[in-house]
Amino acid sequence: MTDREWIWIAAACYLVGVVIGTIALIRHRKQPAGSIYLIIAIGFVLQTVGLYVRGLEVGGCPLGNHFELFQFTAWSATSLYLVVGATFRLSLLGYFTSLLSLVLSLVSLSIPAWDATRRSDVFGGNVWIEFHAALALFSYGVFALLALTSTMFLLRNYSLKHKQLSGAFAFLPSIRDLDTISLRLLNVGVALLSASLLVGSAHWLRAIDSVDFLKLVTTVAIWFAYGAAFILRRKGKLYGKNLSWACIGLFIAALLSLYFVNSSRRGDALPPVPPSVQP
Amino acid sequence: MSKTESFLFVVGATHHTAPLEWREKLALNPTALPKLEQKLGDLTGLQEYAILNTCNRVEFYGVAETDATLDQLRAVFCEHQEIEVDAFVAKQLCKIDSDAIHHLGAVSAGLESQLVGENEIFGQVKDAYAAAQKTQRVGPTLHKVFQKTFQAAKQVRTHTGISEGQVSVANVSVDLATTIFGDLSDARILLAGAGEIGEQAAKAFRSRGATDLTVSSRTADNAMQLAQALDGRALPFETLADHLSQFDVIVCATAAPGSILSSPAVAKAMRQRPAAPLFLIDLALPRDIDAAVAKIDNVYLYNLDDLAAISEENKSARMAEITKARDMIAAKAHHLWENLQRRREASN
Repeated sequence: MTDREWIWIAAACYLVGVVIGTIALIRHRKQPAGSIYLIIAIGFVLQTVGLYVRGLEVGGCPLGNHFELFQFTAWSATSLYLVVGATFRLSLLGYFTSLLSLVLSLVSLSIPAWDATRRSDVFGGNVWIEFHAALALFSYGVFALLALTSTMFLLRNYSLKHKQLSGAFAFLPSIRDLDTISLRLLNVGVALLSASLLVGSAHWLRAIDSVDFLKLVTTVAIWFAYGAAFILRRKGKLYGKNLSWACIGLFIAALLSLYFVNSSRRGDALPPVPPSVQP
Repeated sequence: MSKTESFLFVVGATHHTAPLEWREKLALNPTALPKLEQKLGDLTGLQEYAILNTCNRVEFYGVAETDATLDQLRAVFCEHQEIEVDAFVAKQLCKIDSDAIHHLGAVSAGLESQLVGENEIFGQVKDAYAAAQKTQRVGPTLHKVFQKTFQAAKQVRTHTGISEGQVSVANVSVDLATTIFGDLSDARILLAGAGEIGEQAAKAFRSRGATDLTVSSRTADNAMQLAQALDGRALPFETLADHLSQFDVIVCATAAPGSILSSPAVAKAMRQRPAAPLFLIDLALPRDIDAAVAKIDNVYLYNLDDLAAISEENKSARMAEITKARDMIAAKAHHLWENLQRRREASN
């Protein structure tokens, strides 16, 4: 089986999670958290296999094109959910995670152009750069989960403010639980992204021309924005609804930045594109 | 009723059939239970039995050879409880075969409870079965009936919402608090007003794990008394506005003619705790809390009308679920009865 086929099957698992969750929501039933968790775990394993096969093909961490970047972000978010979901038992988070992973997977799989160019040895054999990139992408996965918990916070806040407590709203976690988990995700995400930039900057200082200016500015801007949100939350200046909107907006910006940063990357040795992904 | 072959039965009394004073007379004393069990064990026609003894019901489930066995059981029970058999028969619940199975299913699922949907009864039925098993009073029929009933009751709880949705204003308030704070054990609760409604709400919070309760009343003595009763603290009413920021939940139930919490006062309190949510419950008429407070971020205000609307919604949702649960239990009981019949025919 090819890497993309593994990832298609993983996306199918996420779809099953979404369907099960949606049926429960429509029927106003509790989310079958155990089943959704298991399905996401299976999807995660399949996605890991797909990315591993791709990694073998490109000779490193598969972060060389839009498809791989989106897949890696979805994979990071899912892996984090498997830890957070088991620890905090936040109802509906599994549903939202499978939805996010499904959307990211389907978008990246359904645009063949995103995977038409495969860069091999994209990090020039420098493990620190590869580590930097993987760490940055993993932090984006954390921010993806943060965007989900922020969405849930906004829904819960809306339901409480507008006295709409029945139906799907009844299954949302409490405001305080959502705030706690969001704050922890923000802390972890900022720490990972900072560590990633620290590792990357060590390389950049030795070879300033090696990093594209647009990539540098975009990445630092994303880091700065999340850092600002982190500090403002700590100081009690940005919280609740506004923090949630900020986290959702920042994640969208982070995703868009991935697209632009990757588009601006210089060409590398390209392996032939398999027919399965040609438009 | 006249039975010539062994049959399944339930006989006893419940809150549906007997008033409280009668249930007090019928309630089995656990220490005297072995003596009763010994007497019942001497009844040769009583093939199997289990006793369910809770505050709202005393029920004997079993398999009897003839009607006379059932009469003997009643006589033994009434003698043990020192009551007249005729008086007991007048208050009794008696069902046989498929109706008995149906009844056990409904009891286990919480459909026969005073507070429909409560969970405690399921554990009590399980305990009754375990006790009967331990003393080898359960045979193949009761074993199957209880096991299948447990499965059915679990299914009902999983697939219906009979346990969900509070209907009293006090409990609706507590439910709302859990949607904001989750665990209430560390929530700081202020009760403004020492009247009956406020007290009920405070007790409801206490019963759901809240430990930090403060009472403030325009009459200091009332506040002190209620604070003592609730194992909480009293706060002078005049200083209430200055301490708002120290609380997570504020229940207002005073008889004050105007509002006691203004929007500027709450906004000032929130500036000292901006990221921490504040839940305001206004149980007073006229209202104690300025309605404009609801516009402040992280503040959630619910008044009597809001709580009553939620209560009504819960009531109707629960009724629909109860109907669904009853249908499920009826279908399961019918299926189990047919199964037992087939098994009996096969063994004959």
